[in-house]
Amino acid sequence: MRVMAQLAMVMNLDKCIGCHTCSVTCKQAWTNRTGMEYVWFNNVETRPGLGYPRRYEDQELWQGGWVRKPNGRLALKAGGRFKKLVNIFSNPRLPGIEDYYEPWTYDYETLLNAPQQSTFPVARPYSLITGKPMNVTWSANWDDDLGGAVEHGPKDVMLKGIEDKVKFEFEKTFMFYLPRICEHCLNPSCAASCPSGAIYKRSEDGIVLVDQDACRGWRMCISGCPYKKIYFNHKTGKAEKCTFCYPRVEVGIPTVCSETCVGRLRYIGIMLYDADAVLAAASVEDDHELYQAQLGCFLDPNDLEVARQAEVAGIPGDWIEAARRSPVRRLILDYKVALPLHPEYRTMPMVWYIPPLSPVVDVVKDTGHDAEDRDNLFAAIDTLRIPVEYLANLFTAGDIEPVNDVLKKLAAMRSYMRDLNLGRDPRPDIPASVGMGEEDLYEMFRLLAIAKYADRYVIPTAHAEQAHALEEIATDCAVSAYDGGQSQPFGTGSGQPVRIAVEDLMVRSARLKDTEQ
Amino acid sequence: MNTFLFLILPYICLAIFVVGHWWRYKYDKFGWTTRSSQLYEDSLLRWGSPLFHFGMLGVVGGHIIGLLLPKGWTDRLGVSESTYHAFALGGGLLAGAMALVGLIMLVYRRRTVRPVFKATTVMDKVMYLFLGTVIVIGCWNTFASAVLHADTEFNYRTTVSPWFRGIFYGQPDPTLMAGVPVGFQMHAVLAFLLFALWPFTRLVHVFSAPVGYLTRPYIVYRSRADHVRRGLGNRSPQPGWERPGLDSAGRR
Repeated sequence: MRVMAQLAMVMNLDKCIGCHTCSVTCKQAWTNRTGMEYVWFNNVETRPGLGYPRRYEDQELWQGGWVRKPNGRLALKAGGRFKKLVNIFSNPRLPGIEDYYEPWTYDYETLLNAPQQSTFPVARPYSLITGKPMNVTWSANWDDDLGGAVEHGPKDVMLKGIEDKVKFEFEKTFMFYLPRICEHCLNPSCAASCPSGAIYKRSEDGIVLVDQDACRGWRMCISGCPYKKIYFNHKTGKAEKCTFCYPRVEVGIPTVCSETCVGRLRYIGIMLYDADAVLAAASVEDDHELYQAQLGCFLDPNDLEVARQAEVAGIPGDWIEAARRSPVRRLILDYKVALPLHPEYRTMPMVWYIPPLSPVVDVVKDTGHDAEDRDNLFAAIDTLRIPVEYLANLFTAGDIEPVNDVLKKLAAMRSYMRDLNLGRDPRPDIPASVGMGEEDLYEMFRLLAIAKYADRYVIPTAHAEQAHALEEIATDCAVSAYDGGQSQPFGTGSGQPVRIAVEDLMVRSARLKDTEQ
Repeated sequence: MNTFLFLILPYICLAIFVVGHWWRYKYDKFGWTTRSSQLYEDSLLRWGSPLFHFGMLGVVGGHIIGLLLPKGWTDRLGVSESTYHAFALGGGLLAGAMALVGLIMLVYRRRTVRPVFKATTVMDKVMYLFLGTVIVIGCWNTFASAVLHADTEFNYRTTVSPWFRGIFYGQPDPTLMAGVPVGFQMHAVLAFLLFALWPFTRLVHVFSAPVGYLTRPYIVYRSRADHVRRGLGNRSPQPGWERPGLDSAGRR
């Protein structure tokens, strides 16, 4: 057993309203630069929909991720090392700018400089790639809210097997939002595809980063990542990707996308896993087994032997403690309501999703039945092939059982809590019907519905003895140890002195206010 | 003049080549890239780039055999003069033609595809000029000796090659180049000028050919601690911008 710690995220899709605040704030923080105009480290897709870049999930085309060979070994879908080098002069599977979109700006100057004229001056769109006037025909979320779904919807790769059942007529369709960042996989195929070895996984927290000094722009990572979450900076000629906001999480602040999420649907925490078990788990034969196999890699930090091994592996005590309190661990392991996105790519992704119950609720509601009633919801989950099969294509490689279980837990929580809120007697048979206790169901409700800042983000800071290596701390004063650090007023600090970033200060006061409520 | 072109100039160019690469690697790792333009345009690149690059690999291989292997070695292996020349000319023409056709496609693409042209720097253009000229003259030399037999008497392996090797032995003999056809002279001089330009262009990516990929483990782990005492990200701080700490005071 080789214990490693991984920063992971869970998103509760029922709460996503598709406002794109995460995308916008991420862009402002990280990708508002020349060469990165088309790059969205965080994007929000409407599903069913094409995603970004268009049809990125079509691995027969892009050849991303891993495949299991007949001999049971794992291989990159795009081919091995030699094939990569032979193709290095022209990557045959690289998405072109047209698969993303041609970024543009407007000539705002004409609005100010136009001479007096009878018609109102107009700012025309100009391409940021060619510098020429252009017609805007596509962008990162052009099919937002099923816009143009009659035309584009059927092209959704995830409709495989259920094409005939999903209707894109207004009354008959369903939709939900899927915010995506880099998955910071346990078995990253981008890193494996990089000829220069510039992409690495940080051994402390599992964040996958691109060494900008070592990247030589061979572009193999872009096709290697099945989620298409590595982008080519066409100005610098280097690959860039979501950094899990490492300068922020190192000092205990959540990522920008989480911090600014108005739906408060994101959870960040530590997962402990057995690094020696990853390869075997990623190589199981049946795609449907991959979800369970990945669950099998995770370790329970409450297990004393695991905690001991973690210490042997050099994981600090407060990190193990954070793993015990990790909201992500509770959602993934204890309640088992979070599912990985596309486990069939065999990269062992670490941004997980709680599938949305709302499409089911909507259907029940539209029929005029009680959409809070357990039996109605259970019946709907069992009989509605759509959207359950669609969700299964996204989260469990097409296996509908785990999706059914999760949706039933969410439905049970819904009807159990209604009784409580209306002052009726709670019905213990409801949690029992999904294999949970009353206490558990209530705790899950608290975590999903009203968890405060400090409950949603349990991020241990990087260690003081490593502090001089951090971005956020400009100096490492030799006497900083003398003030003894702080107690843990908010339950998440690790006893570091107050840092100097204004943002940090603001976050701390916000957290304090949130906790006092 | 002969002394300058074939004795002084090569050493100046090689010095710039070596020091320039050292300087570029030390101070501009971030700029050390292929600067691919595949994102903008794919269909021309799909043919042009592999043609050019594989052609150039052949050309470089040919130069290694022709310039670095002394004639005595192949003689001892029993390779006759005519066999050697047939092989060299055949291979040379094939590789040269591939590189030339590829280069023409790439330059055409660079000029006509607007986003690619827009991303072209002045240094790129200067580099293309030198590289193109060197390749064209090189192809002409091969072509002329193969087809026109204009210089049946000329054997570069007794003149150009010893001169070139002499540069690295520290015993250069510029007189060897005096009687050489002017095409070969120009090819040699321009090639050395290209070497001098090399570290300041995108050609540096030649030296990051990722052969290590064949043997390294797939997943790379790195510790945050690897970057202790370094600048932002993992770049070394510029002089004067080191962070305060015991190390910078020379304690440890």
